[in-house]
Amino acid sequence: MRDLVKTYPAARGRRGRPATPEVRATDGITLTVRRGEIFGLLGPNGAGKSTLVRQLTGLMRPDSGGVDILGHDIVRHPERAARLLAYLGQDSTALDELTVSLAVETTGRLRGLDVHRARAERDAVLDELGLAPLASRPLKKLSGGQRRLACFATALVGERPLLVLDEPTTGMDPVARRAVWAAIDARRAEHGTTVVLVTHNVIEAETVLDRVAVLDEGKVIACDTPAGLKEQVADEVRVELVWRERAPLDVPEVAALRSSAVESGRRWALRLAPDEARAAVAAVTGGAAFAALDDFTLATPSLEDVYLALGGSGRGLVKG
Amino acid sequence: MSAVPLDAVVREEGRTEARPAGPAALGPPARLFPALSAVYRAQLSRARVARIPLLFVATFQSVGIMILMRGVVDGGGEARAVVAGSAVLVVAFVALNLLAQYFGRLRADGGLDHYATLPVPPAAVVLGAAAAYASFTVPGTIVTAIVGCGLFGLPLTHLWVLIAVIPLAGAALSGLGAALGLLAPRPELATLLGQMGMSAALLLGVLPADRMPTLLQYARDLLPSTYGVEAFANTFGPDPDWAVVALDLAVCAGVGVASLAVATWAYRRAAVR
Repeated sequence: MRDLVKTYPAARGRRGRPATPEVRATDGITLTVRRGEIFGLLGPNGAGKSTLVRQLTGLMRPDSGGVDILGHDIVRHPERAARLLAYLGQDSTALDELTVSLAVETTGRLRGLDVHRARAERDAVLDELGLAPLASRPLKKLSGGQRRLACFATALVGERPLLVLDEPTTGMDPVARRAVWAAIDARRAEHGTTVVLVTHNVIEAETVLDRVAVLDEGKVIACDTPAGLKEQVADEVRVELVWRERAPLDVPEVAALRSSAVESGRRWALRLAPDEARAAVAAVTGGAAFAALDDFTLATPSLEDVYLALGGSGRGLVKG
Repeated sequence: MSAVPLDAVVREEGRTEARPAGPAALGPPARLFPALSAVYRAQLSRARVARIPLLFVATFQSVGIMILMRGVVDGGGEARAVVAGSAVLVVAFVALNLLAQYFGRLRADGGLDHYATLPVPPAAVVLGAAAAYASFTVPGTIVTAIVGCGLFGLPLTHLWVLIAVIPLAGAALSGLGAALGLLAPRPELATLLGQMGMSAALLLGVLPADRMPTLLQYARDLLPSTYGVEAFANTFGPDPDWAVVALDLAVCAGVGVASLAVATWAYRRAAVR
């Protein structure tokens, strides 16, 4: 791994209330993000993603371990983080009552720009993200997705070589999402901007990320490109069967499948080896079972399957 | 890359990997005054939208108290104390109570992260917010003072002293409010502390001091707003003792500096948890 940019090993034990045992939110995590990469942190709620991000942005001091951003030791100099990265948190309380335009301009000024630069960058960013028509409206009057986009705009003023984004596209419509990814791509192409992204959204993770780290219980359980991760479970195929009314359990092949299926109403989801899947599909599409079948899909594994196959403790990621 | 066991051995790994040519250039930090003015402007704009109804409440409350007290006090020193106390109460309501609530909420919701991940001096955030809240009290305080002078037949001659009283009492009270908001472990507690601080300013500032038990008189001496009230009350007399007024204002200023320093410290503490 050449071109090392950031290493953040962090072993942090955060004490809960005295009665509860110590919780390790991040437990010896070691990751290296390359310059110019879009790097994703994926994992269920409580996996330690936010704690990791707080340590990365200098908001929280790790109990042990080090964080290195672009050659700067952030544990020793947490104040440097603000001069190296822009952070988009999940909360917008600090900006809610400002207009979109003032929120972006103020953030730019607080990022060290003078008034002229801040205004010029504000106008450029608002145009780029299609926020200009909303510029004079207070953030709290906007819809969730629009507000998120406005907060994303504040992360872009005052160019930073690293963007740390905590679920940037939550609640956004497809147009806004596309604007976000276009803006990120443009910065990466022009300035080699590095992006560290926390996400719950598996589909997004598959399409936009260069590499993904899957976190669970404070540990990295996998880290690779989305395609590389999927290869790890490539010997499995996801089969989904939707029955018209109920499964024809009188057909022996269908009855046999039931044990490995996750049932939800009329819907069965199965993870099978390719030849098993072929046999199953043949069984339900030919013969008596076909009359009871409404629909079926056969798919290669998604990142969600990867997560489950790697032994994540949760019940799976939120798909959205 | 994979997870390593606890007490990560990454230092070792770091040695084996090639480091890039040198650390990247840091972005520019925001300097104190530009940052302060940016925060001030932003805060004032949000105050305009969100706080106007509350400013009316604060002003009506003070005017109401003065009308109430007209039946109790009979002119002279007591009337001066009531008018001065009611005027400064507007400052206490906005600067102490509302600012404590604001910072309490900001801290609880994670809104502080926004400021904490910007290269801003902590003092700029605290001072900018405090200054915005303090200047927002100006119209209410002036209206209250003028109405009070009308009600109790006091001269308007020396109302200009509010130019000094509002910022100095404002600094002391908003510093206290910000510190309470940032130190309170829960936002409800911040609200409670802010309300109690305001109630204290109400009871100890508006009611004539001579009628209080000794213990409350000591408490009154501890409250920073008292000195603003005293300074203002003194100017209503026929021949104000300006040395005493200046001394009271100096105490206000001293407390202001101290409480803003505490608030800045509290901000640092709250921002990096």
